[in-house]
Amino acid sequence: MPSSEVAVRAEALVKTYGSTRALDGVDLEIPTGQVLGLLGPNGAGKTTTVRILTTLLRPDSGRAWVAGHDVLADPDAVRRSIGLSGQYAAVDENLTALENLYMVGRLYGKSRADSRARARELVDRFDLTEAADRPSKGYSGGMRRRLDLAGALVASPSVVVLDEPTTGLDPRGRLDTWEVIGELVTAGTTVLLTTQYLEEADQLANSMMVIDRGKVIASGTADQLKREVGGERLEIVATDAADLPAVRTALAEVGSGEPTVDEHLRKVEVHVDAGSKALMEALRRLDSQDIAVHDAALHRPTLDDVFLSLTGHVAEQEPEEPADKKGKRAKKKGASA
Amino acid sequence: MTTLAQGLSHGGVITWRNLTNVRRNPELLLAATLQPIMFVLLFAFVFGGSMGGGQPEVYREFLMGGIFAQTVAFNSAYTTIGMANDLQKGIIDRFRSLPMSRAAVLFGRTAADLAVTGVGLVVMSLCGLLVGWRIESSFGEAVLGFAVLFLFGFAMSWIGALIGMAAGSVEVAQSAGFIWMFPVTFISSAFVPQTSLPQPLKAFADWNPVTAIANASRELFGNPMSPPIPNIPEPHGWPVENAALYSIICSVTIIAVFAPLAVAKYRKVASK
Repeated sequence: MPSSEVAVRAEALVKTYGSTRALDGVDLEIPTGQVLGLLGPNGAGKTTTVRILTTLLRPDSGRAWVAGHDVLADPDAVRRSIGLSGQYAAVDENLTALENLYMVGRLYGKSRADSRARARELVDRFDLTEAADRPSKGYSGGMRRRLDLAGALVASPSVVVLDEPTTGLDPRGRLDTWEVIGELVTAGTTVLLTTQYLEEADQLANSMMVIDRGKVIASGTADQLKREVGGERLEIVATDAADLPAVRTALAEVGSGEPTVDEHLRKVEVHVDAGSKALMEALRRLDSQDIAVHDAALHRPTLDDVFLSLTGHVAEQEPEEPADKKGKRAKKKGASA
Repeated sequence: MTTLAQGLSHGGVITWRNLTNVRRNPELLLAATLQPIMFVLLFAFVFGGSMGGGQPEVYREFLMGGIFAQTVAFNSAYTTIGMANDLQKGIIDRFRSLPMSRAAVLFGRTAADLAVTGVGLVVMSLCGLLVGWRIESSFGEAVLGFAVLFLFGFAMSWIGALIGMAAGSVEVAQSAGFIWMFPVTFISSAFVPQTSLPQPLKAFADWNPVTAIANASRELFGNPMSPPIPNIPEPHGWPVENAALYSIICSVTIIAVFAPLAVAKYRKVASK
């Protein structure tokens, strides 16, 4: 039994579907009031982990506790302590925002009056007041996601589980969602967050765990992970190929490690630790030598970079997608030719 | 609150949610009402002439019990589609992550579908009155007649719930929910006297719950048990002579078998 300082704990979770091991011995621990970012490509096992911790799925082996309750032995107690917002906004599209939240309140066992009051409160907090009495069918993707998130918070749970809360949202919707999650953390809620975006985990999580093919391949704080990946990459494209050696010298001074030069693209790249400071310093140096710059960019490490450096392979996309699209395109070409 | 009271309260909330869905989408009622009207008119006027032995009005009175039985049997298809729909939309995941009774979602679904079928029955009764159907029995028997129909509709709904959860997608549910209904409702006494069927079909029809429901409602509404076709013997045997009792046994058995199966399936089913 974990202590009260640990809100979520999983030990050696294993789940197989046929011959695929969706989870292959995942351990996980979230201290109370902290945010853990669970990072990985599609099919890595993020959603399977979430489903086990929220009692939707039983693992083949392994144990887990949420808010002090055993997920397998006492699922109802776990359900009373958690709020789940899934990958697909699980709202009834024929009910209004108020009705959706009222329904969830009633199903948590709240009285009619309490459910109504809580629904009103959440609708206002999530900026859905104007749309509160319209069926959610007509909402934008961001509004639906906010409503789904509100649904997870109806019972003010001590642990909130968010499965890819920003996938498919526009930048504005993403920022809104981040803000809400920030508020939750301020209020002392423990959050388990899955995401495909390193940047998102970086913004929101105290610590991160990277999983691939059902296994934890790295964990730690954002800084620790980034150090492993090698930080950011500074890229300068010179206007004139003759300037390349000078650019290379400048980047070697501001970066860490040897710059790489691509003569064909007139591009010089280097790893940097100081981020935007290094970018500005590099530009200043080039400017003082009157070297014209065609393009300058700072690349934050992406999930692909993390994977490349941790596993040696690029994060795999949903396997059926690219192959399928290629096939269709090829067919279309064939038909038109 | 006791577990049972809580379960009922949750079931009530889900019923409210499902009926709100119907209210916002009245087109959902179209299928449940138009289809029986269509069957009444088609069978009454297309088959009435040839199957009524020269007395089409007697065939129409015979027909109504069959169409009532068919309508409540089709209730299962609406449950199948409703369950599949909820699963596909992901809302079942939300329900399953809440501290609510496992049976409440299913109970709320079957109860709401029963209400929709009730609307269908009312529309059909009115349509029947228009084509000459009358309740010739006592008030008490008529009430029992409708009760038998509702009970069977409720029972069929639990089979439908199980199919809906097994279907995997709304598209599959749409055909899987309806297709098995055709042999089940047609190889029965719903539209023709079961004694007119060739042997293996007749044995199936004799014990088919749909036959029992059709015969029970004919008996309880005081309608003829077979159309006046010459050379077709009157049906007899235990299920016919105890149609009301047998139909209740059928409904209760279906509920006793399929409700626990559906709840067990619900516990395991993963949203697609």
